[in-house]
Amino acid sequence: MKRMPTASQTVGPFFHVGLARPDLADLTRGGRAQGEPIVILGQVRDGDGAPVPDAMLEIWQANAAGKYAHPEDRQAKPDDANFVGFGRAFTDKEGRYRFTTVRPGAVPGRGNALQAPHIAVTLFARGLLKHLFTRLYFADLVQANEADPVLSGIEDAAARRSLLAEKVNGAPATYRFDLVLQGEGETAFFEV
Amino acid sequence: MVDVRPYRREQPGNHPPYLYPDYASTVKRAPTRRLIRLEQTLTEVTGPVFTGGWTGPAIADLTRAGAGEPIGERIIIAGRVLDEDGNPVPGTLLELWQANAAGRYFHDGDRHDAPLDPNFTGKGHVITDGDGAYRFLTVKPGAYPWRNTYNAWRPQHLHFSVFGPAFATRLVTQMYFPGDPLLPLDPIFNSTADETARRRLVSIYDPALSEAEYALGYRFDIVLRGRAATPMER
Ligand SMILES: [Fe+2]
Repeated sequence: MKRMPTASQTVGPFFHVGLARPDLADLTRGGRAQGEPIVILGQVRDGDGAPVPDAMLEIWQANAAGKYAHPEDRQAKPDDANFVGFGRAFTDKEGRYRFTTVRPGAVPGRGNALQAPHIAVTLFARGLLKHLFTRLYFADLVQANEADPVLSGIEDAAARRSLLAEKVNGAPATYRFDLVLQGEGETAFFEV
Repeated sequence: MVDVRPYRREQPGNHPPYLYPDYASTVKRAPTRRLIRLEQTLTEVTGPVFTGGWTGPAIADLTRAGAGEPIGERIIIAGRVLDEDGNPVPGTLLELWQANAAGRYFHDGDRHDAPLDPNFTGKGHVITDGDGAYRFLTVKPGAYPWRNTYNAWRPQHLHFSVFGPAFATRLVTQMYFPGDPLLPLDPIFNSTADETARRRLVSIYDPALSEAEYALGYRFDIVLRGRAATPMER
């Protein structure tokens, strides 16, 4: 018998009470994960261009070898016991967030396609009755991005561009990925 | 070639829309562009696995946060996390947060003029057992005012966050109480068009779950997306 899925409801403004967990913004577990450490940072803005100070981002990614820490990933690639692949960060008063992680390896797509290295991102906030799904791609991986089946399937150039994290100054390698909920530069969100 | 078993798509009316002007905060935060349909890949059908203790020790009893007992009506909330086909979702992280009995959150941003309770923080989390079951002991949260419209009050509710087996099954929701007079007035509750879907957000009083002389029991099952039908089943 089919059951109806439970409806989504907003996280509201007070989600920190239940969802704050130590160190979830550092996916490397203090540098123990294998691979090249990278920083992902950015800002979340609303339809007025105002920062969103009560948002939560969650990310999910493959390890440096391109394998997910999940039983349905049966690829013959190395696991990393120090890399869960999941992160969570809250925006601050200026709507800014920051993750430390490792650069993900490439994972297969549908059929025989290879996807460009990417990170799955979900966004939760007061005022969002359901979370939003998007993806972060690395702007400097030009060739891989051009061949990516998801990116190349997006016709609108501005929407495609909104998924590209730009490399900015910083060590370790730092990428900026802003999320714009509405209007000019609106981020492309997915129905998954 | 990687074999991916995708999850079923959302059905109309089952979930709220992004833009729901009666909930004023959606107006500047709802995307205006149509969502892009993504064919699920290995990225979406996988998600965090909660073995190895990285989520920290479970907090199933929210009445033990301080030195003494929190003020309020003790309640037990129990149920199962299932998928649309009725299969249990074992081993998944279920997180809970709520206001205290006076309707105040243990949070710097909560300016409601109601007392904090030194013995109540209102946070809990467990990992579902092999049957997808969970159980929390807590106190019944109070209703609280919010500034959506003049004199607007949120019905008594608990916030739940659950993952399920994949990034695609992620869900954050709220659980309500039967007979709450604020429910018909609440735009967050009413944002879901389907009446049956709304009713599923209301817990059920269960005398069998209540503990005599101690706590009232409410049952609340959470249903996550199931797998899409395989071509054979279609
Ligand atoms: Fe709330």
